[in-house]
Amino acid sequence: MSNFKHSVFLLEDKCKGCTNCVKRCPTEAIRIQNGHSVIDEERCIDCGECIRLCPYKAKKALYDKLDKYKDYKYKIALPAPALYGQFDHLEDVDYVISGLYECGFDYVFEVAKAAEIVSEYTRNYLKRPDIEKPVISSACPVIARLISKRFPYLCDNLLPMIPPIELAAKLAKKEAMEKHPELKEEDICALFISPCPAKVSYVRNPIGVEKSSVDGVLSISEIYFLLVNSMKNIVNPEHSAQTGLVGVSWASSGGEAKALFNDRYLSADGIENCIKVLDEVENGNFSSLEFIELNACNGGCVGGALTVENPYIAKARLQTLRRYLPVTQNHVPKNDDPTFVPTEHMWEKELEYSPVMQLDADMGEAMKKMADIQAIYEMFPHLDCGACGAPTCRAFAEDIVKHNGNANDCIFIMREKIRELYKEKENDSKSVD
Amino acid sequence: MSEPIKFHFDVDGDNFSSAGEASVQVKRMLRQIGIPADVIRRVSVAMYEGEINMVIHADGGNADVVVEPGKIVIILADRGPGIADIELAMTEGYSTAPENVRSLGFGAGMGLPNMKRYTDDMKIESVVGQGTTVTMTVLF
Repeated sequence: MSNFKHSVFLLEDKCKGCTNCVKRCPTEAIRIQNGHSVIDEERCIDCGECIRLCPYKAKKALYDKLDKYKDYKYKIALPAPALYGQFDHLEDVDYVISGLYECGFDYVFEVAKAAEIVSEYTRNYLKRPDIEKPVISSACPVIARLISKRFPYLCDNLLPMIPPIELAAKLAKKEAMEKHPELKEEDICALFISPCPAKVSYVRNPIGVEKSSVDGVLSISEIYFLLVNSMKNIVNPEHSAQTGLVGVSWASSGGEAKALFNDRYLSADGIENCIKVLDEVENGNFSSLEFIELNACNGGCVGGALTVENPYIAKARLQTLRRYLPVTQNHVPKNDDPTFVPTEHMWEKELEYSPVMQLDADMGEAMKKMADIQAIYEMFPHLDCGACGAPTCRAFAEDIVKHNGNANDCIFIMREKIRELYKEKENDSKSVD
Repeated sequence: MSEPIKFHFDVDGDNFSSAGEASVQVKRMLRQIGIPADVIRRVSVAMYEGEINMVIHADGGNADVVVEPGKIVIILADRGPGIADIELAMTEGYSTAPENVRSLGFGAGMGLPNMKRYTDDMKIESVVGQGTTVTMTVLF
């Protein structure tokens, strides 16, 4: 995991060392060290909360710039369905697709189209008798990563199917090669237009596959301004959209689950809510559920840190947009086996539990450390003020036991020490008198 | 041999929405120690059910968890109404939970049976009018 490449970085000169990000990080991955925020790469799940929260705009998402790919002979755009929710008065997805061609892409393959295929196969998968239920969606990479680090018991419940972004890239590249046999594999690049930095991280450290077929991740916020300009000139766009309301609905929370045509589902969004749901699922609640859709961002993908529009406005726009769309425009070939899912749609490798929270590989040692943490924790005021640079008194006690902190950094302990010193001095001066 | 580690929690009886929080915290700490996932699950399910029981029937109480190598003991003690007929209370489907918690999906009469199922040993000591102490042991 040490070569894991994250997608959040810090502008050190802008960071004031305030504790907004520290206190709200859902995996307690951030500390203030030497006056600025530092992320523990092992714990970070790329949820983007710190980017959204930072009042000084010191946290930035890393993503690829379109410019970087100008030398490729054939550029494929993979627009996320959330992109369609960014535009005011958008009557038809065709405008966006034509706009992307205007921007210089050679081919546009909607991720929503791949999402419809994923939905069909998920319906089949749910009919399998031997699977762990509830099945938990693996489309949000933050959630998959979170489960792999915090919910070991639920790793087997994750849907072991490649997500729409991956499928879209695979299918788009295949189509491109068939249409243009003169192209070599290295001439083609598939670029995802992303609502969130977690997808940047996904492509660098894929889940379920050895190597992602996506070559780069652009941000919706960057492409948006190019698109707005290019879409202005489009009057009668060619009919090219290939998705129904199922695909478009994947952009907001609940869309993936509803597409299963099964009312035994739960959908939650916002990372804190998702963690609460997972805690309950792990306790065996909701055992009658078939499917759980979790999105780390508020409102679902439309709430991603790389979007331009407010997630709820984007969601409302998508509702208008999909009003006259057919339910779905993508059907998978009929198969005699109602539980059929092609092997190439399934994960190549399982998601492994990585116990980043574990104090020591040796259980005896871990127990000793836990006892030390308990003892140190008792010294602190339990106010969770964050002034030491850790999110809670408990997290700070853990840091000290891991030799990443000094109890004197607790301002309450420091105050006590100063009081004692002062008293000693006073007594000394009295005895001199 | 490591010294046993003790965790203590006050289970708030007034606040139904926070019921189950102690079991989440225990889960977190057991993970830090590196207890196997299936053991953590058994402990957290048993403790969760017990916590819910204390909130529904006894206006809260105390939860103590003792971790030793190879063994986790959960002690849930309350000063509630006590259980008159323990054998009856252990029957699947038997419940005295009020209607308002049933509407939330609790009170199905599976709490105690589940606690027994998920642990290697369960002991109930109860005095009517004084309270109940449930001691559960999970071996690993």
